[in-house]
Amino acid sequence: MSDFANINRVPWHSRGFLATQTAYVCLALLLLVIIISFVAPAFLTFGNLSNVLTDFSYIGIVSLGSTIVIITGGIDLSVGSTMGLSAIITALLFQALGATGLASVPGAVMALSIIGGMLVGAGIGLCNGLLIARIGLTPFVTTLGMLSIVRGLCYAITGGQGVNISGADSNLFFRLTDGSLFGIPVPLIYLVLLGIFMAVMLHHTSRGRYVFAIGGNERAAELTGVPVTSIKAGVYVISGLSAAFAGILLAGWLGSVPANLADGYELRIIAASVIGGANLLGGVGGPLGAMVGAALIEVIRNGLVLAHVNTYWQDTFVGAIIIAAVFVDRLRSRRLGH
Amino acid sequence: MTLLDLVDIGKSYGAVQALSHVSFSIAPGEIVGLMGDNGAGKSTLVKIIAGVFRQSEGMMRFADREVHFHHPIDARNAGIEVVHQDLALADNLNAAANIFLGRELHRQVGPLRLLDHRAMERRSAELFRELKSETRPAELVRRMSGGQRQAVAIARTRLADAKLILMDEPTAAISVRQIAEVLALIGRLRDQGIAVILISHRMPDVFEICDRVIVLRRGRLVADKPVVKSSPQEVTGLITGALEAA
Ligand SMILES: Nc1ncnc2c1ncn2[C@@H]1O[C@H](COP(=O)(O)OP(=O)(O)O)[C@@H](O)[C@H]1O
Ligand SMILES: [Mg+2]
Repeated sequence: MSDFANINRVPWHSRGFLATQTAYVCLALLLLVIIISFVAPAFLTFGNLSNVLTDFSYIGIVSLGSTIVIITGGIDLSVGSTMGLSAIITALLFQALGATGLASVPGAVMALSIIGGMLVGAGIGLCNGLLIARIGLTPFVTTLGMLSIVRGLCYAITGGQGVNISGADSNLFFRLTDGSLFGIPVPLIYLVLLGIFMAVMLHHTSRGRYVFAIGGNERAAELTGVPVTSIKAGVYVISGLSAAFAGILLAGWLGSVPANLADGYELRIIAASVIGGANLLGGVGGPLGAMVGAALIEVIRNGLVLAHVNTYWQDTFVGAIIIAAVFVDRLRSRRLGH
Repeated sequence: MTLLDLVDIGKSYGAVQALSHVSFSIAPGEIVGLMGDNGAGKSTLVKIIAGVFRQSEGMMRFADREVHFHHPIDARNAGIEVVHQDLALADNLNAAANIFLGRELHRQVGPLRLLDHRAMERRSAELFRELKSETRPAELVRRMSGGQRQAVAIARTRLADAKLILMDEPTAAISVRQIAEVLALIGRLRDQGIAVILISHRMPDVFEICDRVIVLRRGRLVADKPVVKSSPQEVTGLITGALEAA
């Protein structure tokens, strides 16, 4: 009985939450916030914080979805384009339905427009999911293709023109997407609610557990009767829905949707997941990490702006942070003997 | 009464004929050693019985009914549990999560059906105690020794009331003391009327615990006899081909 009594004793600092990359990134975020508020007092002003929190919410929401995909060992590069197309379809529906009799029913135009936009996101996700889970195409190439297809549709449908959101229900729409509640920007409230929802789904339901099992050992999941195909396809639908939702929120913030809405956002979204501790090899990640990763990226971007660093440098910094995050994780894993 | 009845089972992977014309039966509570060289088709046979693959030819009866398993769940629902050769564990989940993978316990919280982590850990701890394995239910499989992983894979087979347990090389990666535990467990399974097919390369395991030995060579059944009527020498000859059949 005593043969391996010694191998399980893991010291407290290498166990549980404290041993995760998410904990390290939380700490880094805290330090960064403290440093920036000393260096640039403008950081902590209400206006600036409100902007940072709003910006961060869009990335954070999609990053929740993309984290789930990454936990299964997949990746979704099409999220930026999906945000764009969903927002465009929502805006176009606003225009089209606003001209019909529905305009006299309060909320109807808005509800249908949003549902339309969300269905676009779900549809794109379903295409990705079926190609990957049923046909067995690689996630990287499939979603790279989808990125291009969907962005192409954005330009083709709009002729490259922006689409305005106006008419019936538009004020209600702006209040729900770009308002604030007790001074808190609503996108942040949506992000927190979705984050809690996702934490419950991932850690406290069978389907959430299957997401981790597939990322850890897909063959074992298959052998133990996990519905691998439907879970794998499902995570892309969730990713598409999260992108659509964030795209629609972004549309409400901008008031009109340019054809290049959220162009290139996939970099920041996937970076947020990875910085927050999701491992591209699969099996590891979580909603808290996705949110903290997104926050870290936005705080750095904002800090650079306040420090009057030329904005062209932003992507370079974000890239360096991504590499630093996986580097620290690598060192840590080696030390823990994973 | 027979529990499992295989009739003329064949399986080909494209050009590779992994099994041909394999027929045998197993009675409830019988312990059968399945032996053969690497590539003889043992794992393939286990996977067919466990519903992972379908046979290319032949027929399978279980509990006196013809069965067609399309999925591992079908076999599990019929009362067949498996310890796969590579154990089929998810490294990133803990022991309890692996044991209950695919059949989690739930509790109702308001409108939600959530995982009952506490109950699963409690039951897992019981199973480990039964197996006399010092394995913590909350421990990540990634951090476990070979013997502990084995315990997790075996504990999984004890969740439901199985009628037949298939063990594909359960003693390949573990210490002598742990081998004794696994063999003792198999003995207890027999006492409960549970049949076991044990795949092992270890002659002593088979001759110590099994009632019958079945030998496969290049996908064909070359022997099926009570261990008391055979010997390690004979079985070795059958495995290598020095003996044609017995
Ligand atoms: N999934 C597979 N695809 C193709 N050939 C396979 C597969 N699994 C096993 N085989 C082949 O089938 C034969 C039997 O393999 P296996 O059942 O694993 O034997 P054993 O478990 O007795 O070592 C071998 O020739 C092996 O290469
Ligand atoms: Mg084998």
